[in-house]
Amino acid sequence: MLKTLLKPFARVFEFQAKTHYKMERHSMALTAGIILAAGVGGFVEIAPLFTIDDTVEDVADMRVYTPLEQAGRDIYIREGCYACHSQMIRTLRDEVERYGPYSLAVESKYDHPMLWGSKRTGPDLARVGDKYSDDWQVRHLINPRDLVPQSVMPQYAFLLEAPLRTDDLPGRLDALRMVGVPYTDDMIANAANDALGQAQPDGDRASGVLDRYGEATAVRVFDGQSGRLTEMDALVAYLQILGNLTDVAQNTQPMAEE
Amino acid sequence: MMSNLTSPERARAMLITGAGVLIGLTMAVLGRNDPMGAHGWIVLLFCGVLFFIVADKLYDAEPVEDRSISYYDDPTKVGILLALFWAVVAMGMGVWVASQLAWPDLRFDAAWSSFGRIRPVHTSGVIFGFGGNALIATSYHIMQRTSRARMPDQVSPWFVLLGFNLFCVVAASGYLIGITQSKEYAEPEWYADLWLVIVWVVYFVLYIRTLARRNEPHIYVANWYYLSFILVVAILHIVNNLAVPASFTGAKSYSAFAGVQDAMVQWWYGHNAVAFFLTTGFLGMLYYFLPKRAGRPIYSYRLSILSFWGIVFFYIWVGSHHLHYTALPQWVQTLGVTFSVMLLVPSWASAGNALMTLNGAWHKVRDDATLRFMMVAAVFYGLSTFEGSFMAIRPVNALSHYTDWTVGHVHSGAMGWVAMITFGSIYALTPVLWRREAMYSWKAVEWHFWLALSGTVIYVFAMWNSGITQGLMWRTYTESGTLRFSFVDTLIAMHPYYIARAFGGLLFFAGACICFWNVVMTIRRVPHHASAIDYPTTSEAMEPAVPAAE
Repeated sequence: MLKTLLKPFARVFEFQAKTHYKMERHSMALTAGIILAAGVGGFVEIAPLFTIDDTVEDVADMRVYTPLEQAGRDIYIREGCYACHSQMIRTLRDEVERYGPYSLAVESKYDHPMLWGSKRTGPDLARVGDKYSDDWQVRHLINPRDLVPQSVMPQYAFLLEAPLRTDDLPGRLDALRMVGVPYTDDMIANAANDALGQAQPDGDRASGVLDRYGEATAVRVFDGQSGRLTEMDALVAYLQILGNLTDVAQNTQPMAEE
Repeated sequence: MMSNLTSPERARAMLITGAGVLIGLTMAVLGRNDPMGAHGWIVLLFCGVLFFIVADKLYDAEPVEDRSISYYDDPTKVGILLALFWAVVAMGMGVWVASQLAWPDLRFDAAWSSFGRIRPVHTSGVIFGFGGNALIATSYHIMQRTSRARMPDQVSPWFVLLGFNLFCVVAASGYLIGITQSKEYAEPEWYADLWLVIVWVVYFVLYIRTLARRNEPHIYVANWYYLSFILVVAILHIVNNLAVPASFTGAKSYSAFAGVQDAMVQWWYGHNAVAFFLTTGFLGMLYYFLPKRAGRPIYSYRLSILSFWGIVFFYIWVGSHHLHYTALPQWVQTLGVTFSVMLLVPSWASAGNALMTLNGAWHKVRDDATLRFMMVAAVFYGLSTFEGSFMAIRPVNALSHYTDWTVGHVHSGAMGWVAMITFGSIYALTPVLWRREAMYSWKAVEWHFWLALSGTVIYVFAMWNSGITQGLMWRTYTESGTLRFSFVDTLIAMHPYYIARAFGGLLFFAGACICFWNVVMTIRRVPHHASAIDYPTTSEAMEPAVPAAE
């Protein structure tokens, strides 16, 4: 019974083994076979993500990162924070109750690269923005164990001493525009000024930030020391915008807010 | 080493290293206001040292022996030593990173020593430094032996090996000074990525040229695996690292993809780095060294074919299982699970083929720690591929994702399978390469085996416990329907497991150190021993017209 059932399969394998026996004498046949076999899956899974429109939600109020926030993001990348913190709340009840509405594709639409992460040694940060005060964030980054004694996070006190470099910001925004972030010429030209302005609410550069990035943009002294722009300013500005670039998740998932 | 190169070859080597020095200098000058400048100096130093090594011996006597009567093993030897060097460095880093999670003060407050910066030094160090060098070195050995032909030239193997190590050095040093793309397992920045493409193309050409010279009608199965490793890693690397530099005088670049597309590309790359870097290449090792050491032919030719094409075709689809319940469209997630489960068939076909090959040689497994390394590797390969398919199922993934279970799974594959087969291969290869009768100390091999095995088991059990505990704590509700544990509660519960994990890693690291010592002592102390036939021949092998019946 079993033998008759398996017979067609046995024939196929016999044929395959014989064909292969001939083919494996040609290195270029192997090369072509490997490229073909390995090419299919990636193409089928990746290409449609660029062409199917509802892959990423269409949202009107999604804004780009300000130069200061982007500089903070670059510091987050530099320090490898993604190794311990995810930025992707899954569609599971406990995650939504712990971290907030589940993440939507549009929320990381301007993230080059995405920082969804793969491990939560620390908590998810997708909606950490405005959850804690600037002061809490700064003190926590200086020494996490001052505020959370059991924390295993490294201390980042040196960020408070490191002046933020702003001269390369126009180049960075320009590169981001080349990969698809809709920065205007005006935003790129004023990138360095806007970075300074966002952390100096009393200065004359602040109004430009609000003009270009919207009235809701947080303009304040993030690191608690007015008068100098540090990497701490940038990183805290970035942490405080996480989850706040658009309100679409809060508006479409009211259940989670209860 | 240099005495085996002819004058034109030495001149070519000087030209290449000289060009490297100039590139380094250019990077150092252009990037003087950026961390890239530091990389310029590192490139300059690396190429400068090589330049002087070549220049020093430029006018020495030329080789007189007939090249066609021997294999070219010098780069293989250096590759093995480099692999062991990286193993010690990167596994040591691993112990340190693991300890930081148990005792965060071990970070010592420097900017460069935070978990986020040294963790990629550990991962890249073991994957690319240790694994990559071992793959390149063994591929040089295997492609020559199974083709019964010498490599076509003597400069390109050095270029590939040392060029790849330059990439590793630039990568590892970059993380410490803050140069990273934060793309998991693809952290190096744009110029390092471009350099790796050049190295990789030369590697492919070298491989194909050697195969073209073979005195054997068939290409042995180990070579199929190495070929798929070289080809697919090239495709993955190029697509995943597409990026626009913010400036050509700086290190920073921005990925061409964003958000959900970037996530998919990243895990298509990430999971297939596991597949085509950490699996197929090492299966190539397994298919050569295991039957050699056991003195038995591969159990089934048909199973080899089935598992090879199954792995190459199925693996590519499974990356999306890293993105369950995320903003990635459901249809891609479903494809990921489906193929992950199907992947178990070719994976177990490979593991089974390896274990069945040992039938009739189990007494050797008992007596010979080297063969035992390979046997245990095949077992762990079977176990971790089963675990991988299991974890890819959505409800399981809901629990396991974001926890240490993933870390444990990776390490059961990386320590139990990849490192074990590599160490087994190194112990089998070292006496052959250096023409010694055996390793310096068989007791040290035994010690290494038991340290590696117990380290792996402790590590994996610790991570299973911590991962499942944490996953369950995150989703525990009180009777009134609120979350029971805060995040910090779960962190406190992890502490004992983090200590156990660091200890398991320490045992494994100690084993790697013993291996390095044993190999060095074999080279230095064990007397020369003329080996049995180990040179290229031109005679055609007898081959049946159809594959032999099994």
